[in-house]
Amino acid sequence: MTAAVETGLTTTIHGDRVSLLRVLGPAHVWALGVGIVLVGEFTGWNFSADKGGALAALIVCWIVGLLYTSVAMIDSEVTSTVAAAGGQYAQAKHIVGPLMAFNVALFLVFAYTMLEVSDAILLGDTIVAKAGVEGLTHNSFIAATIVVLAWLNYRGVLMTLNVNFVITAIAYVSIVILFFSVSPWTQGAVLKLNELVTPGNALPYGWIGVIAAFQFGIWYYLGIEGTTQAAEEVRSPARSLPYGTMAGMITLLIAAAMTWYVCASLMPWEYLGITYYPLWDAGKLTGSPLLENLLFIATLLAALASANGCINDAARAWFSLGRDRYLPSWFSAVHPKYRTPYRSILFLLPIALAFAFIADLNQAITFSILSGVLQYTFMSINIMMFRKKWPLGTIRRGYTHPFHPLPAIVLFCLCMVTFFAIFLGFGSQLIAMTVFYFLISLWFHFYRYRFVRRGDQFSMPWPKPQGY
Amino acid sequence: MWMGLSYVCWGISVVLALWMLYDWFKVDTTYSEDVLTSSREGELEAVSEKHRI
Repeated sequence: MTAAVETGLTTTIHGDRVSLLRVLGPAHVWALGVGIVLVGEFTGWNFSADKGGALAALIVCWIVGLLYTSVAMIDSEVTSTVAAAGGQYAQAKHIVGPLMAFNVALFLVFAYTMLEVSDAILLGDTIVAKAGVEGLTHNSFIAATIVVLAWLNYRGVLMTLNVNFVITAIAYVSIVILFFSVSPWTQGAVLKLNELVTPGNALPYGWIGVIAAFQFGIWYYLGIEGTTQAAEEVRSPARSLPYGTMAGMITLLIAAAMTWYVCASLMPWEYLGITYYPLWDAGKLTGSPLLENLLFIATLLAALASANGCINDAARAWFSLGRDRYLPSWFSAVHPKYRTPYRSILFLLPIALAFAFIADLNQAITFSILSGVLQYTFMSINIMMFRKKWPLGTIRRGYTHPFHPLPAIVLFCLCMVTFFAIFLGFGSQLIAMTVFYFLISLWFHFYRYRFVRRGDQFSMPWPKPQGY
Repeated sequence: MWMGLSYVCWGISVVLALWMLYDWFKVDTTYSEDVLTSSREGELEAVSEKHRI
């Protein structure tokens, strides 16, 4: 039992300081990562079929899977060493420098807040679609999703991720049940893959369609890197984070493959590429009311789990910025009873609500993906610098990823392809976001950085880097 | 039924939002700013091994 529990969670855990509570294990890390991502199987990935056909959706499933496997491996190594809230932000601060760290933190906050907004809109739209009642709008369901989950996050990380574990597991099991219910080993009875995906329509736009499909292929795994935000709250970061992240990645690769196989075998690519509910539709197409209702509930649970994890992660990134005075230190307050970054949670709550009420789903998703890919590009550079400044043997690593520098090179190249794909579909948003990050960087460099306590921000007890 | 559920959602949202605002006010007026913002990065890691899990 921790000291915090012994004192009834009402007093400080380390002397006079109020810190985040260290109560999580590998299962919570898995629940955080897979919880954020799994909604992508229920909607999002299928738009890649619209860009390049059903086969393109499968090709990007595996190639983007490679991208994210690289992300998971790289992240596991660095985070098992830099175990601090803020995840990639803390990594960037120690390895690259403050300006990169500031940008990375903003990538994180944008990626997760926009994903939370997308999840809430999806949940509201799904309920409205199911109800089919005239005059019913999604606003009340969006508000309830965001506020209830913010309240859960406010009240404590352990309950938040326990809930995430349960609802993520139910949503995941529903995919497995659907897969085995349609006799996947037999073609022709329920599944008709050989009729729906033929040499003539497999790649309707050729290989450029495969490139374009990368934009939405990201949705198979978007957010798995969010596991690192829990670094300061897991009992054993060096063990739990690599275990939880890699287990999550394996789980998602299996879910992605099953999802594609069932959906591509039940729906023509023209429909698959435009529906908002591929798995729910698959449930309907089996003709089983039980499966239909199961997949409807699973879609809601996946959206809830994702939004829940996103609130957790965005708040920790924002909190970390405040703690280092990159933003006003007011944001770095920790609730003395619940041990959560309560002001950051509350600050981001109305922002998420505002975007959810005014933004459309496609815009929110695109902003989330763009910020995510910017972050992955940083990670490929980050690991190269990390290995160069602190080679193996100079500091203790909880996990060492294999084949370096191959995963970093693969990650960087795939990020470039994804940027090109996004430019094809959402070029103006890509340029707008780049300009935004450039301007905010100028603000940070010329104004905000003067408030930062420069010596205090580097907290890891590492030796001097090679070459310094 | 669905319209009723919609009103329930609005009600829950308002109640929980007000509760969070109340708790925020209570905490901020009970504890000093120095205590609330006393968390330090890396500190938890440095002392964690001293705790029984």
